[in-house]
Amino acid sequence: MSAAVEAGFAHFRRRAAWRPLEYAFWIAVVASLLVFPRRLSFINEVAILGLFVLSLDLILGFAGIVSLGHVAFFGVGAYAAALFGLAVFADPLVGVLVGGATAALVGFASSFLILRGSDLTRLMITLGVASLLYELANRLSWTGGANGLNLAPDPVFGIWSFDLFGRTAAIASLAVLFLLFLLARRIVHSPFGLSLRAVTENRLRAGAIGIPTHRRLVAIYTVSAAYAGIAGALLAETTQFVSLDLLAFHRSADALVVLVLGGAGTLYGGLVGAIVFRVLQDVVSDLTPQYWEFWVGVVLVLVVLAGRERLARIPANLYRRLGLEGA
Amino acid sequence: MAAALETVGLTRRFGGIVAANAIALRVEEGARQALIGPNGAGKTTLINLLTGVLRPDAGRIALAGRDISAMPRHRRVKAGLARTFQINQLFPQLTPLDAVYLAVAERDGAGARWWRRSGDDRQHVAEAEALLATVGLADAATTPVHVLPYGRQRLVEIALALAARPRVLLLDEPAAGVPEGEREDILRIVSALPREVSVLLIEHDMDLVFSFAERITVLVDGAVIADGPPAEIAADRRVRAAYLGEEPHG
Amino acid sequence: MLTILFDGIAYGMVLFILAVGLSVTLGLMNFINLAHGVFAMAGGYAGAMLVNRAGVPFLLALPLAFLAAALLGVLVERTLYVHVYRRSHLDQVLFTIGLVFMAVAAVDYFIGSSQQFIALPDFLRARLEILGGNIGAYRLFVVAVCAVIATLLQVGLSSSRFGARLRAAVDNGRVARGLGINVGRIFTATFAVGSGLAGLGGMLGAEFLGLDPSFPLKFLVYFLIVVTVGGTSSLTGPFLAAIILGIADVAGKYYLPGTGPFIIYAVMVVILIVRPYGLVARSEAR
Repeated sequence: MSAAVEAGFAHFRRRAAWRPLEYAFWIAVVASLLVFPRRLSFINEVAILGLFVLSLDLILGFAGIVSLGHVAFFGVGAYAAALFGLAVFADPLVGVLVGGATAALVGFASSFLILRGSDLTRLMITLGVASLLYELANRLSWTGGANGLNLAPDPVFGIWSFDLFGRTAAIASLAVLFLLFLLARRIVHSPFGLSLRAVTENRLRAGAIGIPTHRRLVAIYTVSAAYAGIAGALLAETTQFVSLDLLAFHRSADALVVLVLGGAGTLYGGLVGAIVFRVLQDVVSDLTPQYWEFWVGVVLVLVVLAGRERLARIPANLYRRLGLEGA
Repeated sequence: MAAALETVGLTRRFGGIVAANAIALRVEEGARQALIGPNGAGKTTLINLLTGVLRPDAGRIALAGRDISAMPRHRRVKAGLARTFQINQLFPQLTPLDAVYLAVAERDGAGARWWRRSGDDRQHVAEAEALLATVGLADAATTPVHVLPYGRQRLVEIALALAARPRVLLLDEPAAGVPEGEREDILRIVSALPREVSVLLIEHDMDLVFSFAERITVLVDGAVIADGPPAEIAADRRVRAAYLGEEPHG
Repeated sequence: MLTILFDGIAYGMVLFILAVGLSVTLGLMNFINLAHGVFAMAGGYAGAMLVNRAGVPFLLALPLAFLAAALLGVLVERTLYVHVYRRSHLDQVLFTIGLVFMAVAAVDYFIGSSQQFIALPDFLRARLEILGGNIGAYRLFVVAVCAVIATLLQVGLSSSRFGARLRAAVDNGRVARGLGINVGRIFTATFAVGSGLAGLGGMLGAEFLGLDPSFPLKFLVYFLIVVTVGGTSSLTGPFLAAIILGIADVAGKYYLPGTGPFIIYAVMVVILIVRPYGLVARSEAR
C-alpha cells in the first residue's frame, strides 16, 4: 500500500515540477534585455501584453469563461493608476497596486452578472461592461476624454526613474510579470486550481463532491481582473500616458486570438503567443495597418475551420514534449 | 430517534406533470434501503430534490434531524449527503486520483487552498489511494478517466461519493451500463459499505435489489405506494400491478 | 418631448430591423453570429454606392440593398458558416470575429474610413409639424417602413407555412427534422432574410446611426443587447427591447448630454439582473 501512496505523491509532484525548458524560457526572457538594448520599450510592451493574456488564460483556459470584454479591467487598472498618481501619490509601484486593486473590485462586482446566464448573456455583458467603461472614460472630464491623461511617476523605489531608453520600464514589467506568473503557477497546481479544473470539466459533478462552484469562479475571475488591471497600470506607469485606446475592443479580441493560437490552459501559451503576435504585428504593420487586422481575421477563420481543438493540441503536445507545460 | 434522512410532503411539478407528489420518505440509520419503481416514476427527480439539484415546490428534507431544505448543493455534501449519478458524471481529463483526492480535500475544507501544492497534504493523498484500492482502481489511479472503460469509470463514480464520508449515500442505478461480468464488483463494493453509512439504492436490477435491500420503497407516478421489507413488497399486489409486464426477478 | 419620443421610436425600430435576423438565427441554430453587423454594413454601403455613385433613386435602392445583403448572406452561409454550426460557442465567437476583422479591414482599405452619407430625396428632407411636435419626414418614413416590415414578419411567422416550419424548427430542431422539415434549408432562407433586413437597416440607419467601417463593431453591443434582453423565442421580445433601447438612448443623449450610451448599458445591466434570461423568456433558457 505504501508503494501506491508513494506513487500518488509522485504523480502530483511530477506535474508541478519545474521543467528544464521553463528555466530556459525565463533565462532567455531576461537575456533579451541584454541582446536587444535598443528595443527595451518594445520588450516592455510585449511583457505587458503577456501579462494581460495570462490574465485571460486564468479565466478562459482554467475556468472556461469566455469574455469579450477583458480589456475593461486593463483599462480600469490603467486609469486608476493614472488618476491615483495625479491626485494622490506618484509612486509607480503603489500606482500598480492601486490599479490592480481597483480592477479586482470591478471584476468582483461584475462577476455576479457574468457567472449567471448563458454563454450569450456572458458575452454580451462582458462586451457591454467594457463598452460602458469606454463611454465613461470618453465623457467624463476628469478622465481626459479623447485626449487622455499624462502622468509623471516617481522613480521606482525612489532610485530608478523611467528613462527614455525604457530600461527601468522593461525591467519593472518583466519583474512584475515573473512574480505574477509564479503566483499563477502556484494557484494552478494547488487544490484550488484542481477544483477549478473540476468545475470546468463537469460543473454538476463538482457541486456533487462539495465544491462551492460559484464561489471558486468568482475568486478566479477577481484574480484575473487584478492581473489585467496590473498589466494596464504597468502600461500607464511605464509609458506615462493613458487614453481611450486602453479600453478599445481590439485589445480584448487580440488577447483572445493570442491565447487561442498560443494555447489556452498552459500558462506559457499566452506568453509565447504574445511574443510571436507582437513581433509579427510589428513587422506586418509597417506595410499597412489594415493589412495586419485583415490577416488576423483570416488566421482566426482558418484556425476555427481547421478545428481549433485539434490545432490547439499541437502546441499543447509540443509544450508537453519539450517539457514546457506550466500546468 | 431521528432518521438518517427524511422527507415530508416533498413536491415538485414540471408544468402540468407532478414528478414528486408529497413524498414522505424515511431512511433509518444504517439502512440498506432500495427505491424501486417503473420508468418515469420520479426516482431520479427525487434524488435531484434531495441533493439540491432541483428545488421543491413544497415540503421539507431533514438529514439526521437537521433541515437541509434550503441548503445549496455543496453544503449538503458537507453535511453528509452524497450521491452517484445514473450516467457517469466525471472529470474526463483528470485522473481518478486527482478526482478522489480533490473530493477528500474538499471534505476537509482544504479545497480552497491556493498557496500549497496539490498532494502536499499527504494524509489526503493516502486516503484517496486507499479509497481507490477499495473500489479496485489502485492500478488505474493515474490514468485519465476518459481512457478507462465504462465499467471502471463507474467505480470512480462510487469512489467520489464515498470520498465525502457520507452519512447517507444515494446510489442512482450504480450498475447501469456496466457489462455483465463487472456488475459483481459493484455489488461487492455496495455490500461491503460500513453500517455508519445509510444507503438508499435506486435500481432496476431486481437481483441486486433483493439481495441487497433490507427495506424497499416503491415509487409510482411520483408517489410512494408501498414501503417495507422485501418479502412484503414482493407479495404486494399494487406493486405487481404497477410493474405490469415486469417480473420481480430480472 | 414628443420629438424625442418619436426619434427614439425611429431609432428603436431601425435597431429592431437590424437585430431581428440575429435573434432568429440565434434561436434557430443556437449560433452566435457576431458578424451580423457586417451584413448591415454591406447593405448600407451598397445603398450608398447605388444612390451616390450610380444615381439610383433612393426608394429603389432600399430593396436593392436588402437583396445585396441577403445574397451576401446566402453566399457566406453556404460556404463558411455551414462548417461551424456544431462547434462550441467559443469557436463561433472566434470565427465570426475573424470575419468581422476581415470585412472591416477590407472596407477600410478599398473604400476608406470616412463616414458614408446617403443622399436623401427632397421629400424626405422636409420637417413636419404633427401634434405640436417637430418631426423629420425621414424619421416618419423610417418608422412607417419598419412598422410595415415588422407587421409582415409577425404575420408571416404566425400565419404562413414557412413560418410554422420555422417556429417548429426553433422550438425543437430534432423533432422538426423528424417531421420532415428541412431545417438546413430553413436556416439558409432565414439567414438570408435576416441578413437582408440587416442590410436594409444599415441603409435606413445611415442617416442617423452613421455608416463607416467601424459599424459592425460599434453596434455589436446594441444588437447583442436587443437579442439578449429581448430573447430569441419571439419577435415581440426583441421589438420591445429595441424600442426601449432606442428611446433610452435618444432621451439620454438629450436630457443628460454628458452620459451618452451610458444609460443604455445601465438599463441593460438592471434588466439582466432582474431577468438573466431576457424580458420575454421561455421557462427553459438555452
